[in-house]
Amino acid sequence: MKPLPKALVLSGLLALLLVIPLVITQSYIIHIIINCFIYITLSLSLNLILGWSGQFSLGHVAFYGMGAYFTTLLMMRANLNFWLATLLSTVAVGLVSWVLCRPTLKLRGDYLAVVTLGMGEVFRLICNNWTAVTRGSRGLPNIPNPELFGYVFRTKTSFYYLGLAMFLLTLIFISRLNTSGYGMALRTIREDDVAAASIGIYPVKFKLSSFVIGCSIAGVAGSFYAVYLGFISPSSFQFSESMTMMAMVVLGGIGSIPGVIIGSTVLTALPEVLRSLSDYRLVIYGALMVLMMIFRPGGIWGSKLRMRNIYKVKAMGRKAQVS
Amino acid sequence: MFWQTIINGMTLGCIYAMVALGYSMVYGVLQIVNWAHGDVLMIGTFTAVTLATLLHMPAAAVILLAAGCTAVIGMAVERLAYRTIKAEDRKLAVLVSALGMSTFLQNLAQLVWGTETSQLVLFPKHSYSIGRVGLTSIQLIILAATALMLLSLYFVVYRTRMGIAMRACSTSIPNAKLMGINTNGIISLTFGIGAFVAGIGGLCIGSYYNAVYSTMGYMLGMKAFAAAILGGIGSLPGAVLGGFIMGIVECLGSGYISTGYQDAYAFLVLFVILFLRPSGILGAKYIDKV
Repeated sequence: MKPLPKALVLSGLLALLLVIPLVITQSYIIHIIINCFIYITLSLSLNLILGWSGQFSLGHVAFYGMGAYFTTLLMMRANLNFWLATLLSTVAVGLVSWVLCRPTLKLRGDYLAVVTLGMGEVFRLICNNWTAVTRGSRGLPNIPNPELFGYVFRTKTSFYYLGLAMFLLTLIFISRLNTSGYGMALRTIREDDVAAASIGIYPVKFKLSSFVIGCSIAGVAGSFYAVYLGFISPSSFQFSESMTMMAMVVLGGIGSIPGVIIGSTVLTALPEVLRSLSDYRLVIYGALMVLMMIFRPGGIWGSKLRMRNIYKVKAMGRKAQVS
Repeated sequence: MFWQTIINGMTLGCIYAMVALGYSMVYGVLQIVNWAHGDVLMIGTFTAVTLATLLHMPAAAVILLAAGCTAVIGMAVERLAYRTIKAEDRKLAVLVSALGMSTFLQNLAQLVWGTETSQLVLFPKHSYSIGRVGLTSIQLIILAATALMLLSLYFVVYRTRMGIAMRACSTSIPNAKLMGINTNGIISLTFGIGAFVAGIGGLCIGSYYNAVYSTMGYMLGMKAFAAAILGGIGSLPGAVLGGFIMGIVECLGSGYISTGYQDAYAFLVLFVILFLRPSGILGAKYIDKV
């Protein structure tokens, strides 16, 4: 059977995503899909850092949380509208991640992991203890709804489309980045940064910029999360969230965009489907991560598959040259 | 106040040192970080709680059995989550697998022992005072236990054939194999010994704070890992020194600045040391070779 053309499949999926809220009326299911959008955005951004430039970040939740807190504070204390607040908070998250990442770049794998983990912890402690600004563990309630040309995003369906827009923009941005020279440079650095440096790819520049881009996207996801739920507290940004994102990327396939999307969707939907097993959720995640690394280190839709595709393209090119 | 804080910091430092030794030993041999180390010792401490409260065993038996159990779990983790990994990008795969193991153990403990804090009473608590400085019997026991552990570890690593084999493995595993050393056995033993010492550390902190909970291993493990890096990872005296510095800094910070940030001081010290001297105080300078 001839595979369907890629454009047809993609437009079919897009049409499906657009009509879902018109067909499905249970707000519970819409809520799960919105959660999927948030987690896909987060794990795509983590994939940029972990999968392509090969930096082990365990503090991704800190930047997600920062996005949420910055946006909320800008909206509530400075009375800015959602769009401006999101823009400013994304820039702020980018700046913070630049400041934090600049000195950590020279660190190798495990050291970077523990430093980023520490960042996550310190961020949570600040949110918990700086009660004058963040109200500590009581959290910030009553976050205003976003507004666009007089239209107020209030219903689940409207947030669905907002989430879908965020997800699609991230996806387009990330996949354009993947196929660009920038993405190639990142993957070269991941394979061997000394070799990359020898052919004129300056590792520091690319590692730093990919870290900043990834963290800023996580910040956008945080802004959306804050206005969607209307309430944020430090307990939403614990280390287990970082672990969940990591599990999503690993399960789907480190470095593969469709893989990461599948991984995040499965891991967001699975606990909802298996409600009775929700106590076992993290036990299963942990065991899955170990088992995946033993039996299928490339993930469900791993880069192995992608590598084969690249070879196929190469072989076809050669054939074309011969004929 | 100052000397009291120092004494409390020393006690905490002893515990960090015992846990940090496990990280350093494993790193010395395999150049990987055993992320599940803290959670292994947490399981061991919970075992002690069960042995002491349900079976009413005497303290000495509880300590030996619980630490032995920790050692076995440590070896099992190595066998299941590290040795089995044959992925191309082994470093990343081992890191992910170790994190998976840590998540698994932490949540398994929550299922088995619940999310509430359990109590661990192994020794009667007496208070003594020297001048204005107060000491408890538990603090004295912790100091004595640390001294005993360090001396026996020193003996094992530097005075026995097994220790020689371990040091050979940490120099080069392929060469150690050529010399007829059973490297897999030695790696397993390194995990076992590290987990045993950490198990004692876990019992100490459990009875010091009289609190055992499923996430205790995570924080304790991270601080001990920070201590191991601070002293220079791979170096045993470094791990002990790092542990003491970490404990004292934490106590001074929460005594004089704010207790709310108690867990943050360890990380702040780590950030500073990594930026100034990534190889740690006593560690050898690492040069990336192509």
